[in-house]
Amino acid sequence: MGLLSDPVRRRALARLVLRLNAPLCVLSYVAGIAWFLALAFPPLTQRTYMSENAMGSTMVEEQFAGGDRARGFARDFAAHRRKSGALPVAWLERTMRSVGLEVYTQSFSRKLPFPDETHERYMVSGTNVYGILRAPRAASTESLVLTVPCGPDSTNSQAVGLLLALAAHFRGQIYWAKDIIFLVTEQDLLGTEAWLEAYHDINVTGMQSSPLQGRAGAIQAAVALELSSDVVTSLDVAVEGLNGQLPNLDLLNLFQTFCQKGGLLCTLQGKLQPQDWTSVDGPLQALQTLLLMVLQQASGRPHGPHGLFLRYRVEALTIRGINSFRQYKYDLVAVGKALEGVFRKLNHLLERLHQSFFFYLLPALSRFVSIGLYMPAAGFLLLVLGLKALELWMQLHEAGVGPEEPGGASGPSPPLLPAQSVGLASLVAPLLISQAMGLALYVLPVLGQHVATQHFPVAEAEAVVLTLLAIYAAGLALPHSTQRVVSAQAPDRGWMALKLVALIYLALQLACIALTNFSLGFLLAATMVPAAALTKPCGPRPLYAMLLVLTSPAATLLGSLFLWRELREAPLSLADGWQLFLVALAQGVLEHHTYGALLFPLLALGLYPCWLLFWNVLFWK
Amino acid sequence: MAAPLALVLVVAVTVRAALFRSSLAEFISERVEVVSPLSSWKRVVEGLSLLDLGVSPYSGAVFHETPLIIYLFHFLIDYAELVFMITDVLTAVALYFAIQDFNKVVFKKQKLLLELDQYAPDVAELIRTPMEMRYIPLKVALFYLLNPYTVLSCVAKSTCAINNTLIAFFILTTIKGSAFLSAIFLALATYQSLYPLTLFVPGLLYLLQRQYIPVKVKSKAFWIFSWEYAMMYVGSLVVIICLSFFLLSSWDFIPAVYGFMEHPIFFMFIQMAIISIFKSYPTVGDVALYMAFFPVWNHLYRFLRNIFVLTCIIIVCSLLFPVLWHLWIYAGSANSNFFYAITLTFNVGQILLISDYFYAFLRREYYLTHGLYLTAKDGTEAMLVLK
Repeated sequence: MGLLSDPVRRRALARLVLRLNAPLCVLSYVAGIAWFLALAFPPLTQRTYMSENAMGSTMVEEQFAGGDRARGFARDFAAHRRKSGALPVAWLERTMRSVGLEVYTQSFSRKLPFPDETHERYMVSGTNVYGILRAPRAASTESLVLTVPCGPDSTNSQAVGLLLALAAHFRGQIYWAKDIIFLVTEQDLLGTEAWLEAYHDINVTGMQSSPLQGRAGAIQAAVALELSSDVVTSLDVAVEGLNGQLPNLDLLNLFQTFCQKGGLLCTLQGKLQPQDWTSVDGPLQALQTLLLMVLQQASGRPHGPHGLFLRYRVEALTIRGINSFRQYKYDLVAVGKALEGVFRKLNHLLERLHQSFFFYLLPALSRFVSIGLYMPAAGFLLLVLGLKALELWMQLHEAGVGPEEPGGASGPSPPLLPAQSVGLASLVAPLLISQAMGLALYVLPVLGQHVATQHFPVAEAEAVVLTLLAIYAAGLALPHSTQRVVSAQAPDRGWMALKLVALIYLALQLACIALTNFSLGFLLAATMVPAAALTKPCGPRPLYAMLLVLTSPAATLLGSLFLWRELREAPLSLADGWQLFLVALAQGVLEHHTYGALLFPLLALGLYPCWLLFWNVLFWK
Repeated sequence: MAAPLALVLVVAVTVRAALFRSSLAEFISERVEVVSPLSSWKRVVEGLSLLDLGVSPYSGAVFHETPLIIYLFHFLIDYAELVFMITDVLTAVALYFAIQDFNKVVFKKQKLLLELDQYAPDVAELIRTPMEMRYIPLKVALFYLLNPYTVLSCVAKSTCAINNTLIAFFILTTIKGSAFLSAIFLALATYQSLYPLTLFVPGLLYLLQRQYIPVKVKSKAFWIFSWEYAMMYVGSLVVIICLSFFLLSSWDFIPAVYGFMEHPIFFMFIQMAIISIFKSYPTVGDVALYMAFFPVWNHLYRFLRNIFVLTCIIIVCSLLFPVLWHLWIYAGSANSNFFYAITLTFNVGQILLISDYFYAFLRREYYLTHGLYLTAKDGTEAMLVLK
């Protein structure tokens, strides 16, 4: 323990940290960003490989030939759907029974917290239909799921047709060791969430659904299918799930293997992989794909029904058929054969997929970056906060003020030490007020929407969004009110202690976020760390104020929307961008209430109060 | 002093009552950091229902509580929440009065040593005054009651709180000087969990010191008093055990621990910390008890060396516990190594904290006798190095 107790070495280290602090911080930040950008380049990316032994060496021969049958089913489904306007439950039940499955239905309903403008629904109700193919000689302890989401705007009739044709084909085989559930959900992801909650017998999102009559054991893996045309040119795969959770990489590898085997084109985010890694074009496209994946993972939205399965430890993927302007087209038989191959390989699993990576980034479909290689980027960014905090602590102690007792009983905050040169009482007020603002930001918009619609001529969804923005902007006026509470007690060094606490708070939050959702943690760190490190009450205040406002969580959201559309090669004008921002806010709040997405509570209850503390530091008198 | 203490008690009880009524109570009682298999409330209820059915509660290897606890809750099961709030209140009150008396003793001893000119001439700023020690008992009670660890343990109805009460009463009776009551409370605490056995030695040393009996092998009074105290302790323990018709399977022999002959209360504090670090199935409730003593050693603050790093380590580990638990159990992507790494880091942080306090204590003692501003032989400023 020489470093910690030897006074000579301690003093040398302290002097080093204090003198070189600014250059070290800048170097660390630049290293973090540079490391992240270097992730798209060959030495840091690796080729994907199959890790699960049970899925690697076995050979399967696909025999699916039900293309006509699938098209017939699709036409019937589309016709019945047009006639009834909603999911044709009776027809589906009849057809599934005729194919040979055990059919069950589940009805669900839910009143959304406020009307959803993008999907135009408020009181949502629907019926899910699912059929179970029981494995002939197994004990029904494990199952696989093939699901097709049907919503009001996406009919997915070809997907339903293919599902039924595959069910008919699978029913005739004897090699199934796990049950297969063929699930058709209504109302898109809401139906999938209702089914999953009822299957696992929990209720986390307030959905009212009828209990399930038939179950098939623990679900090992799931595939979600979205097909709206008879022929496809490529299959697009989506991996990002709710709260940034990702499926096991082996599932993606498996799907890609079968696409390659059948000659199907496989795309990620709609683009083919770069073939040429030697010149600079390949890595640049990889960087674009990587940035898009980071933005999508950071948003925490489930980009398909698979995103909701991941929460229950079911590895899942969403496969979308794309019909674009390419010359060579594939029909439903090719897609069916790929799916049949995937399911046959999944049938061989002895235990859940766990061998390959759960945390990765994809610069291309067959390349990945593992967590051990990308985490140092976030580590370097958080090091800046740590260095700044250390410097502030040393400055506070070298100020020469000994330990003073805070007047009266000290605030309730063990395990912090009781005596700092400022006294904890003066720090408790800004902390409590910022946290109260965050709580107001979280609770008030949805609670107060009816009051707002009575007094102002706006719809409920608009009321929620505008209340959010109003409370957010009201936080900017805070320093004037907290100063009145605090100014009686705080001496001049008060801002240093507050900044120290704020830095530690921010570092802790970003570390916890980065452990569960690296993209969100990295994105927030890249924007908030410079502003947090630089803020102080002396110096060019308007410049710092602008920097702080530009890196606040809401501004980061706005910026990422623009960046996302830019990367998707569909850039936005300012007005469109603002509209999209408002829509994104509403969707964020709605998804928190309907699926349990955590972006909204994290930003409102965690990062916004922290940002307000820095705003308080900036305007310290 | 009664009014602020009463106010603190009312606030603490309100906070606990509010949490008991909220929906967080169930969530907290299942957290692994707060309840362990040895102190969980669910197991007490299980044992009680087994008792009602006429089966021995110990069949099935689920129940680890003592028979006295079963009988206590057999009569008080309907008031369980009240019982736990009252135990917390009793612990705080016991600590309050204990530290109040302890401060008086410390101040008297300091006065004596000052009059005997045992301190170096320039250490005026190190001498403690009654003014600065006035609020310490209240702060100790506050630290214990409003510590989030304590509140969480109370809301989770972890029986660790009862153990804390018994140890607090042992401390109170030891400082007040009543050997009989001190032996009884120590026996009760040892009976519930074996570790307070190690508090026997510091308790004995303090009682000897209080009666000015020197600790020497040849002194007759020393042997007589030690024999009496040990007999009272062992006797109470035997009576309790026989009362419950239950024989403990083994006695751990305490290794001979020497040192701190003159400062048994500090020794007790260190022992409590070591118990809570090294016991199997530790929970945050154990940490809370010795953390309540930090205001008593307020005067050592200027000699602590790594307090910033250690506070950060402990806060970071406390926050990472639930995150890594979630990653291990719910996301299925981490494994137990991550969670136990955080446990290890938390323990390392605690060990470093305790050794820091130890070092600070030694340094202050050294300064008191040798002067605050030390100069080496050639006149430059000297530094103390622990070898």
